[in-house]
Amino acid sequence: MSVKVMIPTPLRIYAGKRDSAEFSAATVGEALGGLTTQFAELRKHLYTEDGKLRAFVNVYLNDEDIRYLAKENTPTKDGDTISIIPSIAGGSSEKR
Amino acid sequence: MATTLQPQTGAKPATSLTNEEVLRYSRHLIMPEVGMEGQLKLKNAKVLLIGTGGLGAPLGLYLAAAGVGRLGLVDFDVVDFTNLQRQVTFGTSDVGKFKSEAARERLSNLNPNIQIDAFETKLTSDNALELFRDFDIIVDGTDNFPTRYLVNDASILLGKPNVYGSIFRFEGQATVFGMPEGPCYRCLYPEPPPPGLVPSCAEGGVLGVLPGIVGSIQAMETIKLILGSGDSLAGRLLLFDALGMKFRELKLRKNPNCPMCGEHRTINKLIDYYEFCGVRGEEAPGPDVQVPEITPRELKSRLDRGDDLFILDVREPHEFQICNLKGHLIPLGELPRRVHELDSSREIVAHCRSGKRSAEAVDFLRKAGFRKILNLKGGILAWSDEVDPSVPKY
Repeated sequence: MSVKVMIPTPLRIYAGKRDSAEFSAATVGEALGGLTTQFAELRKHLYTEDGKLRAFVNVYLNDEDIRYLAKENTPTKDGDTISIIPSIAGGSSEKR
Repeated sequence: MATTLQPQTGAKPATSLTNEEVLRYSRHLIMPEVGMEGQLKLKNAKVLLIGTGGLGAPLGLYLAAAGVGRLGLVDFDVVDFTNLQRQVTFGTSDVGKFKSEAARERLSNLNPNIQIDAFETKLTSDNALELFRDFDIIVDGTDNFPTRYLVNDASILLGKPNVYGSIFRFEGQATVFGMPEGPCYRCLYPEPPPPGLVPSCAEGGVLGVLPGIVGSIQAMETIKLILGSGDSLAGRLLLFDALGMKFRELKLRKNPNCPMCGEHRTINKLIDYYEFCGVRGEEAPGPDVQVPEITPRELKSRLDRGDDLFILDVREPHEFQICNLKGHLIPLGELPRRVHELDSSREIVAHCRSGKRSAEAVDFLRKAGFRKILNLKGGILAWSDEVDPSVPKY
């Protein structure tokens, strides 16, 4: 089962500048596991040290928040799209 | 989710338009969806814009042009030359003026029939409720997490809708928070990201048109709320990808356990939002690393003397194209895996734009065993100021 994971702009630098990646996965958690295995640098941005999804990272299966489904155990089916929605605050173009 | 707003008590609502206003708003008046009734709703509406920058520019211009009777503009910042690329309210002659005042002048010229109040102040937990109280709708056009949580909490405490828009490089988000049955910002983002985990700096920047589009969407949602017509974005998060030119929307649900808008509110007053977001001081600082430094003048005289110095530039390649000190380019993020390109027996001077990223690079390299390494104090900006003004600042 092929599931597409959409990678948002702020996280693309940790994912080889890719905007999406496809994984064979039966659940949302498996797909995210595939993602963070392929792009190890993404892991700390998505998960806490004890392996929980970070509270400021929203994960959607198609147009539904997985917090209101079965969270990471939410089953996926062929052709589903998983979106990672980070908080963005701009406005700003803060530079250093 | 069309909702009619309760008119604010106080001044008597307007019940008619002048002949000049009829002519000015005629393209609204001949639309049955607006008409005289809708135009009077606009005239009696009071909208507070938090931020008059990139998002605030189209917001202010369109809401003033549409005849929103009272606009409040909250901004403590002054117009900077780099703002003009996207903050289209301002002209070159406004550089150095307070943004709220420069915007007030521009919008008054656009529509002298409306009341515009400029608040040259930073929105804080001490003044937010007082500022919000006189307005029907709050529009969030700010640029930082602490203020976004503050705007959310204050609008929820007062029961006012919060028209939200946010941008990053070429992506935007928009929705309406704070409707009676709808979610709030905390339902979507219960916690702010810790500073440093969301890339902001070298990857920052924004395509100038993007805030124009997202701010215009906020202006449209504001006007729909005032008119009480159409389908509000409340309960939907609109995502806009400018490069792919794609709009998507996600369902937003009210979190029954939300500490702000849920059934059992646990946040009953405004808090310290900088602390909440893990930010100390006024601005979000990078990690404050103490490392050995060299000033631009010292570096210049040592180079002139013919000292063997290796210049390490830790900015991004597109920044190198803007200007450079002929250094060896290794972007900060690539340093760990490219450290073998450096010779620890040579003296190295690291630099970036302002000196912050290179301080992290120096700190990293010192921990990796490099001993002869200095940070160029103030970066290319200081080099341009103190040594070579032909190097452009950006």
